[in-house]
Amino acid sequence: MQASIELNRTPAVQYLLRIGDTCLVLAQRLGEWCGHAPVLEEDIAMANIALDLVGQARALLTHAGKLEGAGREHDEDQLAYLRDERDYFNLTIAELPRGDFAFAVVRNTMVSTLLKLLWQRLAASNDPEVAAIAGKALKEARYHQQHSGDWVVRLGDGTEESRRRTEKALKQLWLYMPELFFSDDVDAAASASGLGPAWSELREPWLAEMQQVLDAAGLAMPKEAAFRSTGKHGVHSEHMGYILAEMQHLQRTFPGGVW
Amino acid sequence: MNALASRVDAAWAVLHTVPDPEVPAVSVCDLGIVREVIEHDDGLEIVLTPTYSGCPATEAIEHDVLAAVEQAGLGRARATLRRAPAWTSDWISDEGRAKLRAYGIAPPAHLNAEQAANTAMPIRLFGRIAGERIACPRCASERTERLSAFGSTACKALYRCMACKEPFEHFKPI
Repeated sequence: MQASIELNRTPAVQYLLRIGDTCLVLAQRLGEWCGHAPVLEEDIAMANIALDLVGQARALLTHAGKLEGAGREHDEDQLAYLRDERDYFNLTIAELPRGDFAFAVVRNTMVSTLLKLLWQRLAASNDPEVAAIAGKALKEARYHQQHSGDWVVRLGDGTEESRRRTEKALKQLWLYMPELFFSDDVDAAASASGLGPAWSELREPWLAEMQQVLDAAGLAMPKEAAFRSTGKHGVHSEHMGYILAEMQHLQRTFPGGVW
Repeated sequence: MNALASRVDAAWAVLHTVPDPEVPAVSVCDLGIVREVIEHDDGLEIVLTPTYSGCPATEAIEHDVLAAVEQAGLGRARATLRRAPAWTSDWISDEGRAKLRAYGIAPPAHLNAEQAANTAMPIRLFGRIAGERIACPRCASERTERLSAFGSTACKALYRCMACKEPFEHFKPI
């Protein structure tokens, strides 16, 4: 079996992997909808959004691997397939099991709204490669946000059953919202160096855009919980190990295997 | 014309014949994917800008472009990816737009200043679709509606024409 790599966990590497891993892991979850969405159009939509997210993750992982530096660089495949769980820094919300369709569209709305706001700021990063990745990804995230937001409105303002499911999903997912915005040393370093914003600065615009969607859907914004999930610090939910097993088993079993 | 310029020009002529792997009605030049051809001492450099981050055709395009240049006897060539500025559907040439329409794909509208600036745009929920005017590539009617936000490739959405009743694809403005 292929051994794990040793990641050089500098603040800049962690900052970029928080975004890249969130894209990667959410893409994996969205891929689970392939062949299972309620209508064919949404089957295609989930797969297309996943494809954009994988593309964004590839660019960020490639760049993060170079920033590891000092002879410890890793490529995108090593980073995607050969890290241990504690070296993944995705938001916990991205790794939660697939859920029903309401859960999927509420999660997509929450995450794509965050990513859109992040890409907007990262387009002005003083790291030219990050700025270039962001310039492209912003256009894609905006489309994802609109599409997912449309569905939240349609389901929230839909039938009794669709509303019940959307409210339930919103309540479950909102537990993982505080993690998006609490600041730490990694954020402080990125903000100080000009790599990217502290995510806490995105909290107010994120809440304002979510309020707009929820108002249109006739849904109340849940209260913020005291619970703090910690995926972006590398401490994950019990679901993470199963995703990694699925994502990694081929590369771990057949090192360097290609299609 | 000096020899260097003619080699770059010859490369452009060849590249104009390389079809996009997913939309073969147009060339990679029609789509604005080929940004620059540069002559170096050790061969030609073809600069490409991918359309979407996750476009699975990116690697195929690189391969096709290099194969075409080398087969044309223009010597060694390498491809480099340029991410910035990001690809925009505004780079699709007028000729490319005409070819798309003839192929049954409604070309993208040109972006307005707000869209092109790519800055903070308010999110638009339901209702924006009513404001869109996508002309059917077959009968040119603007009585069309969107069936699916995503299509057979990352760059397209699915529509149908209420006049001629035919479904068609729309190349998304981005």
